[in-house]
Amino acid sequence: MEVILAISIGLLYAISVYLLLRRSIVKLILGIMFLSNATNLLVFTAGGLTHGKPAFIEQEQQTPPENIADPLPQALILTAIVIGFGLIAFTLVLTYKYHSVSGTEDLDQVKETDKFE
Amino acid sequence: MLQSVLSIFVAAAFAPLIAKLLKKSIGMVLAILPLILFIYFLTLYSAIRNGQELYTSYGWVESLGIQLTFYLDGLSLLFSLIILGIGGLVLIYSNGYMKSDEHKGRFYGFMLVFMGAMLGLVLSANLITLYVCWELTSISSFLLIGFHHYKKKARSAALQALIITEFGGLSLLAGFILLGHASGTYELTELLSNPESLSEHPLYLPLLILILIGAFTKSAQFPFHFWLPIAMKAPTPVSAYLHSAAMVNAGIYLLARLNPILGNTSEWQNIITFFGAATMLVGAYLSLTQKDLKAILAYVTISALGILVMLIGIGTFLSVKAALTYLIVHALYKATLFMVAGAIDKKTGTRNINELGGLYKKMPLTTATAMLALLSMAGLPPMLGYISKEFIYQAGEQAPGVSDYVLMFSVLSNIFMVAVSMIFAYKVFFKKEDRQHQVKEAGAAFWIGPAILATLSLVLALFPKPIEPLMEFALAAVKVIPVEVELKLWHGFNVAFLLSLVTVASGVLIFTFRRFMLPLFAKVNNALFSIEFAAVFNNLVHHFLILTKKHTSFFQHGYYRFYLMVVFIVAAGLIWYQLNNTWSWVFLQNLSPVSYYVATIAIAMSVAAIAAVFTTSRLVAIVIMGAVGFGVAVIYLVYGAVDLAITQVLVETLTLVLFVLVFQKLPPFTKHLSRSSKVRDAIIALSIGGFMAGLVLKSDHLHLSYPVSNYIAQNSYTEAHGKNIVNVILVDFRALDTMGEILVLAIASLGIFSLLKFKNNNI
Repeated sequence: MEVILAISIGLLYAISVYLLLRRSIVKLILGIMFLSNATNLLVFTAGGLTHGKPAFIEQEQQTPPENIADPLPQALILTAIVIGFGLIAFTLVLTYKYHSVSGTEDLDQVKETDKFE
Repeated sequence: MLQSVLSIFVAAAFAPLIAKLLKKSIGMVLAILPLILFIYFLTLYSAIRNGQELYTSYGWVESLGIQLTFYLDGLSLLFSLIILGIGGLVLIYSNGYMKSDEHKGRFYGFMLVFMGAMLGLVLSANLITLYVCWELTSISSFLLIGFHHYKKKARSAALQALIITEFGGLSLLAGFILLGHASGTYELTELLSNPESLSEHPLYLPLLILILIGAFTKSAQFPFHFWLPIAMKAPTPVSAYLHSAAMVNAGIYLLARLNPILGNTSEWQNIITFFGAATMLVGAYLSLTQKDLKAILAYVTISALGILVMLIGIGTFLSVKAALTYLIVHALYKATLFMVAGAIDKKTGTRNINELGGLYKKMPLTTATAMLALLSMAGLPPMLGYISKEFIYQAGEQAPGVSDYVLMFSVLSNIFMVAVSMIFAYKVFFKKEDRQHQVKEAGAAFWIGPAILATLSLVLALFPKPIEPLMEFALAAVKVIPVEVELKLWHGFNVAFLLSLVTVASGVLIFTFRRFMLPLFAKVNNALFSIEFAAVFNNLVHHFLILTKKHTSFFQHGYYRFYLMVVFIVAAGLIWYQLNNTWSWVFLQNLSPVSYYVATIAIAMSVAAIAAVFTTSRLVAIVIMGAVGFGVAVIYLVYGAVDLAITQVLVETLTLVLFVLVFQKLPPFTKHLSRSSKVRDAIIALSIGGFMAGLVLKSDHLHLSYPVSNYIAQNSYTEAHGKNIVNVILVDFRALDTMGEILVLAIASLGIFSLLKFKNNNI
């Protein structure tokens, strides 16, 4: 299973890199989204795959059962997902604003910091 | 000694404040400090006479062998007295000269920093401390030369002086580090106590050359001499100080100080003597054809520095004696003449010798002072300059190996000196002048300093007894052998005397036939010296700036995707290299069983993601985005990460909603790039994707223990009373992280809010 996931993750990375290298600003955003998904999956897979055993403590128990999924990578990824969302939301609005001010969506035009051509 | 150096820096810090309190007499008041220190150092004289070596040490960066060590022997005493004595007089002079300058507080501050740095330089007994002071003199002279910073010429003169002396300074630092490496210590006293060890060291020649570049740039030796005449853009008191007692003397001091450590080798002798002699001749010759009083004096300074360097290079007892005597002579007459030139400039409004004349009637005191100084400069009796010139000839005559050209160069230079002194005296003071300058004698502040110095160069020649022991101690410090010095005006008939006669006669000849000679010299100048060193230097700087501009725009081109590309390519290259070295298929064991529906989802995700690259529709791209996101959520769910799945679904939904909201306002996809660049990007992307896939497999192979996870899992309920362990981590064990996360979201939403509130026309 790891092999299939590894290939999917590699593909997601490849696509995000390809999109990041485009001149179109919307593709840049898509690239960032792919990148954050790919990275979350990478951490998740690297933390070990445990089929169907969530990190819960059962009723009437003090400690969790053996061989549950590792909770720590999950907690890290959860934080990452939420922060990734904040990033995407901000970038999206920035792009929208940038486009409405400059009228361009070509990143090669974004060479100067304080003037628009 | 540390206290005396520090007191000057403290005074420098308060100078602007004092300038506000005392509007008229600040120079006079500040001059008290160096003059008191001058007297204090005079009292230390007797301590040195008793064979005492004054030495203080304070820890500084001890792990690097850098101490604040100060050391006073004859040599540093001689230089200290010159620095403080002339410094005090120059401050008095500044009181008159800078009277109406609105930034004089700043001026005095810089001057005092300059003075303190020079004093620290000659007193420090640690090479690194010495270097720090050395750089401080460069920086403070930069500030002083460019003091009238509203003038473009002053700025470029200051910059030129800074670049050249800093070039030398860095080279000096490298030389010092090599010296410290070769000898194992940065302490001068230790180096001086074991002087013979270095000349055989393999690093000797490189460190000698590096140190010499430092000394030569500072002391304006050929071919670095050109910054000094240009530096006369500084206010005249600065020129007077810089040329006579400070800055340029630093190189001389360094050579004299290092003579016992690095001297006595043929390299030392040949290199230094040659450059000194060349500088001496070039400076003296070029001074003849100058028109500006300060330019004449600047070229004479170059020549004098050449003489000093040459004499130290010869390195015999006689030559070092001549050097130290000439050091005093030069300091006395050069400070005097610069201050006189400044006074004339202030009173007549010009420094061009062709526009001046007949000043002896109008400025009798100034004339008398200047005449004494010019006599000394020409090396005529009964001035101190005469004694030193005799010494120079004697030293040249007896210089081992190099006496031919040294003697010839010295005689030629002195002939030029005599001629230039006569031209100076005649044109400025005695020539009949048609134009009527309404000129009065300058005020007291203008002539006190020069008068004292000029008188000293007469009195010390007639009654040299008081300075003889001082010279002895200084000589002892340079040569390490204690010796007796006797200064007298009449040495009997000898070669030196004969040469003096020849010198004076030839000088008078040049002066007499100046109408014929000077245009001739000017022609020769145009032919021989058509290369302006300053222009060459400026060109170099200019081209260097163009080069850096090109270099910057090459690397900082502004195309963000090329920045990213560089990052990706370098990362891919390095990681592939590393993977290739450690590649093994061992990690393909212990894989978890293939779950077919997860595999289906993963494959579907991949296909959808590939479609995202090729689609031209924004809506399709967004939908694919969502599909991939939900696919990831399913994978989370299958492998026991329920909370992740829930969060992922929520976030994906929100993101889609956001996208759809701004969808109308988003720009369409446009094709910008050619096919070949797409292929290139695809290759980069695939190599990144490839190693990321490899990384996943590799990481799975690592058998890490889970101490943190285990602890959290075991104590989740007992300590934190929660049964969903992931949640417990987020809100309890790592609650601060979650706080930070909330903060990030808050800031992001503030940013979004303000972006949306912002009106376009405000930008």
